Amino acid sequence: MTGTYWDKAAISVQTEDFDPGAELSRLGQAGDCGAVASFIGQVRGDATAATAGVVALELEHYPGMTEGMLAALAEEATARWGLLAATLVHRVGMMAPGERIVFVATAAPHRAAALEACAYLIDRLKTDAPFWKRERRGAEAAWVEARESDDEAAARWG
Amino acid sequence: MITVKLFARIREDLGVGELSLPVADSVRDLRDTLCKERGSRWADALQSPQVIIAVNQQVAALDDLLSDGDEVAFFPPVTGG
Repeated sequence: MTGTYWDKAAISVQTEDFDPGAELSRLGQAGDCGAVASFIGQVRGDATAATAGVVALELEHYPGMTEGMLAALAEEATARWGLLAATLVHRVGMMAPGERIVFVATAAPHRAAALEACAYLIDRLKTDAPFWKRERRGAEAAWVEARESDDEAAARWG
Repeated sequence: MITVKLFARIREDLGVGELSLPVADSVRDLRDTLCKERGSRWADALQSPQVIIAVNQQVAALDDLLSDGDEVAFFPPVTGG
């Protein structure tokens, strides 16, 4: 994986797909690691009414601010849960249904810290990091609206 | 000068992603200048209460002060992840 490493966190915003297995193996090698937790987000296909007919998802971001925000979230999570390492990868550009968009993984001595920090990172990423999705259905393209449920999910972490 | 960056729906609605403006005292002054000089489409896009503002890549408020060389971004609520 290419990307920038801020101390314990690997941060990458990239057009190409990533290898979750390789990242999980790398995180597992962090000193004193007893637990690795991860989340993968993918492009939904035709399975639900909201995404029916979507042929592609286009991701735009704010270069620089995005990486800075992801690094800040990783630092917060590291301080709060005593993480040994964390990885945040987010793709940009065009993606088809079924493709991976985002990867969050955490390494900690015990499972609770790894699992909670992973949930925290994806919740906060969704409300704080400057990415925007646009759904393409044939010739039409529509910006995805922000969801209140995402704000509520992020707010529960205080 | 101030570098202004626009993203996503706002960039698309206004047809420009980046522009340079003379320095303004505050974010509010900068926004008011843009809205006055460029018309109602700009006013509609930039004055929406949903718009998020960042100065030098940190989320900012309308009353934050600006200095020469600052980067000010206007963007809609984020939808990543």
